[in-house]
Amino acid sequence: MRRRISLYIVVVAIAGLTLAPLLWMIGASFMQPGAASSFPPRFIPENPTLQHYQTLFTRMNLPRYLLNSAVISASITLISLLLNSMAGFAFAKYRFPGRDSLFRTLLAAMIIPAQVTMLPLFLLLKQMGVINTYLGVIIPGMASIFGIFLIRQYIFSIPDSLIEAARMDGASDFRIYWSVILPLAKPILVTLAIFTFMGAWNDFLWPLIVLTRDSMYTLPVALANLMGEHVQDTELMMAGSVLTVLPVLVVFLALQKYYIRGILIGGVKG
Amino acid sequence: MKSLVHRVLRRIGAGDSHVRAAWMFLTPALGAIAIFFFLPILAAFVMSFTDFDIYSLGDWSRARFIGLRNYLDLLGNPLFWKALKNTFYFVLVGGPLSIGVSLGTAMLLNSKLVPLKGFFRLAYFTPVVTTLVAVAVVWRYIYHPRFGLMNYLLGFVGIQPVDWLGDPVWAMPALIILAVWKNFGYNMIIFIAGLQNIPEELYEAARIDGASTWQQFRHITLPMLAPTTLFVGIITMIGYFQFFAEPYIMTQGGPLNSTLSIVLLMYREGFRTWEMGYSASIAFVLFLIVFLGTLVQLRTQRKVNLY
Repeated sequence: MRRRISLYIVVVAIAGLTLAPLLWMIGASFMQPGAASSFPPRFIPENPTLQHYQTLFTRMNLPRYLLNSAVISASITLISLLLNSMAGFAFAKYRFPGRDSLFRTLLAAMIIPAQVTMLPLFLLLKQMGVINTYLGVIIPGMASIFGIFLIRQYIFSIPDSLIEAARMDGASDFRIYWSVILPLAKPILVTLAIFTFMGAWNDFLWPLIVLTRDSMYTLPVALANLMGEHVQDTELMMAGSVLTVLPVLVVFLALQKYYIRGILIGGVKG
Repeated sequence: MKSLVHRVLRRIGAGDSHVRAAWMFLTPALGAIAIFFFLPILAAFVMSFTDFDIYSLGDWSRARFIGLRNYLDLLGNPLFWKALKNTFYFVLVGGPLSIGVSLGTAMLLNSKLVPLKGFFRLAYFTPVVTTLVAVAVVWRYIYHPRFGLMNYLLGFVGIQPVDWLGDPVWAMPALIILAVWKNFGYNMIIFIAGLQNIPEELYEAARIDGASTWQQFRHITLPMLAPTTLFVGIITMIGYFQFFAEPYIMTQGGPLNSTLSIVLLMYREGFRTWEMGYSASIAFVLFLIVFLGTLVQLRTQRKVNLY
């Protein structure tokens, strides 16, 4: 029993330490200007105020950043879901010369850090005239090796007989993909959608490189920029952080089962 | 020429409708990956042997091949060695620490004695899904020498206030603590799954033989988790070698370049001073290190498995 209690204290203490920075962030975002710089640190605002959120929305262009982040993340998610699922389907259910070596090459390339591509990618996109546009951020995210891998693993487990039956009924290859495979692969598509959306939303380095005009900034880039001018305005910065984190947190909490599954497919079979 | 094209097409089976359908599905994704991932890698490699700079941006033909000069310059640049040292510090201390915390919390949550597992798993996992830039901003204030939460909590165990981000000695540990906090939940989930795959009978048999808790951990848990640990080790290392946002937001690489990372240096050279050829050579050094790191881990694992 003693062991059980001490174990429980440790578990609760770790949870407290893990959540403390986030709780402080939320608390401080509602505090009066300057109130977050107090000792000892407080978690609960004395005279709660929404003024920092108001400032962000009315004077700081925040609605625009939200829109930029939302458009870019949603586009990357939709396009990559389509492209990755088609490729994953082909790798899982078609036999063609060079399939396995091609797939192995792709997997091996996953260890190449994305930063290696960034300099030429910038020049390429500059040539295409998409620097400082949504497309500049979306294009490199259109397909991903990890996504293809995740979907392939899942589609493997769909019985061939379903595909054969559809073929007997005269369904075309695309029809089979669209009406048989996609509905059956829905769980993995949801998983990949969450991963992709969150990854795109949280991404920083590439948007920082491609988006140099203030009106095009995504939330993380805008937040980093805001930090330069408003480092003294703790409460304002916390409100900005809350608004940046909130959308991904909500998506995660709503669909956590799918997210965890994604980690495990990548982790156990990878 | 034409016969070559035919031969290639026959080789990949282009005459077969089944194969044609496969390529129809593959082409969009693989085309995008080829143009926007593989092509830039090759281009970066070529670029790293040129003096591509701000003048070449408007007119690529102004870049000239300069052989290995970028790489030689890099070797002679103390800032590069500093960044390399910092990055290794971050990876070699932060990586094992993260994995240790992940394994520890996984075992804690896997224990039958802990109720409300789902809730705690969620609580531990929350930092993983937060936006790195946003939490780096938050932690900048948490590390405030006077008002910050960190010094306040450490005060309870009698530790004097530390100027976390202003002291060249403490800035890197500060970034490592943030990284561990942010990331441990991810690997924890993988470890929990790994632990659940270990047959309970192994532990029962060990207990009958009188094995202590430590012996069970050392001789059952760790070996059974070896494949999981390898995977977790590789993805953690690859991720940590790329650290950038934390120093960019929290320290700008300072104080005294004590948190300057390889990617931060690459970013500054490439996109601030537009020395893109030079920057490309930094990117390739990063690639080489990640590649060697992966090989070392695979090799070590194989050796460990022989016992």
